[in-house]
Amino acid sequence: MSIGIIMLCHTALDRAAQVARHWANHGCPVVIHVDKRVTQAEFNAFRASLSGLADIRFSGRYACEWGTWGIVAATQSAAHIMLQDFPGANHIYLASGSCLPLRPVRELVTYLDSRPRTDFIESVTAADVGWAIGGLDSERFTLRFPFSWRKHRRLFDGYVQLQRRVGFKRKIPAGIVPHFGSQWWCLTRQTLSAILNDPERAKVDSYFQRVWIPDESYFQTQARRFSTHIESRSLTLSKFDFQGKPHVFYDDHLQLLRRSDCFVARKIWPHAKELYRVFLTKGPEHKTSTEPNPGKIDRLFSRAIERRTKGRSGLYMQSRFPNENWENGKSASPYSVFEGFSDLFENFEPWLSKVTGTRVHGHLFSLERVEYAGREAVYNGAMPDSAAIRDYNPRSFLSNLLWNTRGERQCFQFGPTDNQAINWQLAKDHNATISVISGAWAVSLFKSDMNFADILKEAARLQRFEQEHLTILQSPWTKARYRIWTLAEFVENPMEPLQTLVDEIRPRALRRLNEAPRMADLSGFGQFLQDLRNQGMQPMLMGDFPVDDSIKPNATRRGRPYLLR
Amino acid sequence: MSIVSRYRLRLARKRWLFRAFRKRRELISVTKRVKAIKPADILLFSTLRNERARLPYFLKYYRGLGVNHFLIVDNESDDGSHDYLKAQPDVSLWRSAHSYKRARFGVDWLNWLQMRYGHGHWTLVVDPDEFFIYPFCDTRPLRALTDWLDASSIKAFSAMLLDMYPKGPINTQAYTEGQNPFEILQWFDSGNYTISRNKDFGNLWIQGGPRARVFFPDAPERAPALNKIPLVKWHWRYAYASSTHTLLPRGLNLVYDEWGGEKASGCLLHAKFLDSFATKAEEEMTRRQHYANSHEYTAYKAALEDNPDLWCKWSEKYINWRQLEILGLMSKGNWA
Repeated sequence: MSIGIIMLCHTALDRAAQVARHWANHGCPVVIHVDKRVTQAEFNAFRASLSGLADIRFSGRYACEWGTWGIVAATQSAAHIMLQDFPGANHIYLASGSCLPLRPVRELVTYLDSRPRTDFIESVTAADVGWAIGGLDSERFTLRFPFSWRKHRRLFDGYVQLQRRVGFKRKIPAGIVPHFGSQWWCLTRQTLSAILNDPERAKVDSYFQRVWIPDESYFQTQARRFSTHIESRSLTLSKFDFQGKPHVFYDDHLQLLRRSDCFVARKIWPHAKELYRVFLTKGPEHKTSTEPNPGKIDRLFSRAIERRTKGRSGLYMQSRFPNENWENGKSASPYSVFEGFSDLFENFEPWLSKVTGTRVHGHLFSLERVEYAGREAVYNGAMPDSAAIRDYNPRSFLSNLLWNTRGERQCFQFGPTDNQAINWQLAKDHNATISVISGAWAVSLFKSDMNFADILKEAARLQRFEQEHLTILQSPWTKARYRIWTLAEFVENPMEPLQTLVDEIRPRALRRLNEAPRMADLSGFGQFLQDLRNQGMQPMLMGDFPVDDSIKPNATRRGRPYLLR
Repeated sequence: MSIVSRYRLRLARKRWLFRAFRKRRELISVTKRVKAIKPADILLFSTLRNERARLPYFLKYYRGLGVNHFLIVDNESDDGSHDYLKAQPDVSLWRSAHSYKRARFGVDWLNWLQMRYGHGHWTLVVDPDEFFIYPFCDTRPLRALTDWLDASSIKAFSAMLLDMYPKGPINTQAYTEGQNPFEILQWFDSGNYTISRNKDFGNLWIQGGPRARVFFPDAPERAPALNKIPLVKWHWRYAYASSTHTLLPRGLNLVYDEWGGEKASGCLLHAKFLDSFATKAEEEMTRRQHYANSHEYTAYKAALEDNPDLWCKWSEKYINWRQLEILGLMSKGNWA
């Protein structure tokens, strides 16, 4: 009992020779096909390097361009020689020149000997396959492909389009149910000889000669007709990336490959000296019955595909700079923006920091400097507090801060006195939670000792900015969660909204707030607003503030923000 | 992009290629070992001036990665760099006594050498103080990367410049010849880089790091660019437009993914801030051969008077490429 190995080689012939010798030395006859595009000199040298071995044959050479019939023709002719010259070969294993056996040959022989009638070939109906690239799955069998995909991509695509539009369809011969799957199979002598000696083979071959990528469907379809027991999986570990090209294994995959318990892996980088050395010399004894278990390798490669297609949310860097709305999350983690709170409450930042246990920034976009928590000069990721650097690229600034501190919720103050360039970025970010006490900036003006003419001018300016900001927040493009209270509403009933905000930052702390931040003294504020009105300005955003200071915090009434999303 | 601006870029590329062709006269061959270059060799191009102390480690590092041949332009070194390079078996050396500035900071010279010798090769263009780091560089040689890029039909590979600095003032730790500079320069800024897109060339414009933080806090637009594309499967029709920041044709600049994914990328560890930096800055100030009237060096000199410490409490200590990948400075992309 032995296994016959068919090897399809086109590059790195020295490695192929090494593997062929390994198979032959362990009692497995090998038939090698070398791509016709390899020069005669290289072929001769390759052949000479294997001349000492009795059980190695070379089959007639075909040009194997990817996706064309040549590979199937090569396989057929090699299989023919195999069946003819080596009657002892019970299973025939199709491998490539860059395949490497990972387990001792004896284990593979034992494994196959205990499953003498089983064909290992991945074979899935065209309707069910999920991995085909380029939208061609069942169409592989019904369209014509006269143009080379490698050399004339546009013609290839154009002709496919044309056929689709015209509604052209090839007829699939009777008795053929298209299946496809991995190119690398291991068939029993019975199944393989039945396929080769199929009385209808001429008809079937001529049909498949014009199918796209027949090496992934010819044997897969034919095996369904002749096999008595198909195990629809490949014994060769071979993974494809999102472009449909095989992942390559390097020396640093050694442990992973060892633990995978797979029999053969593809594709090995030809210069991976360590892999070739380890797996082609006598390894430690295995428990012979172990089933292949490529789970870990699957995970490694699916993570790689995810990184390449989705990337890390909130990361902007040299090789990931998504177009707008393709960010897959504008920022790295959720954050809270507070507007007007530090105007209304004298100790809002330290209070919030205490009740939520987070670091709370001041006005990050203040015109003078970046007010990091604790007013540090440099923050996470070595971000400086220079307003000029921040304003040079406010978007980068914010996404950097959120990326550098990912995993720790950021809270910062914002308001109309700040640089407004970040408005849209905040509004469109679904990670942002924005809480606004509209008109609260007037409290700071009220407390300031500027002269009244300047206050009037400043009030008009800030009101305009805040108005614009609120308009943006209420626009249909806004993704951020936001709440807006007028100053009057908030002053009347501050505890309820504060509780909501704190719960949002620390959802698991089920404690009621028992300490409120200290509210600024507002006696005379109503009169101050009246004075602004008297001077011709219209303060609108504060809500209804009576002139006589009759508004007082009220702990019992439930207040609700007028907008919530 | 309109046909007109596409055509304008095409003309610009041709102009630069022609300029490189003209500037070939400024190069005098010293030792020419280019016959030894084999078809699949990886080539490194560099232009330098007075880098004798750095050279031994530089060559050792890149030989270790698997660079097969070095093509170097020496711009009037007088510190022995010339003789040292002449004696290296895998270096082809040219010298030029002409203006570095008027050769567009050496780009014209290298464009010529690349046009002449780089065609069909993977070419790495780096300065003697730049050390290329790429995913898996501790376990896989450069050839593994270029093979993978070939198989993935990728022609250009991005590596952002990462300024490395010591803890403490720049001139306190002396660099000795042959030493790994990153034994001294162990620190870097991990997350203060600003990125914008250059509409004309399609490349990203990255600034920031310690140089923006310390030397240009009030004029960040003047901070040097950090985006680089040093590794390219060269074709004689390609040209670097400005240093290794920008390439033409502009498709080569698309080293980043625009649809949310990450392409593979590396970093160039920048060993600029060794103790020799002050002398170098001084010299460049008198030579005035650097970019934009050497305003960068003007800023350095002003700041260097009080011997600054680039280190801050948020500086990150360099460990390996995996750390840079986790920090988001580079990416494995779909290479696994």
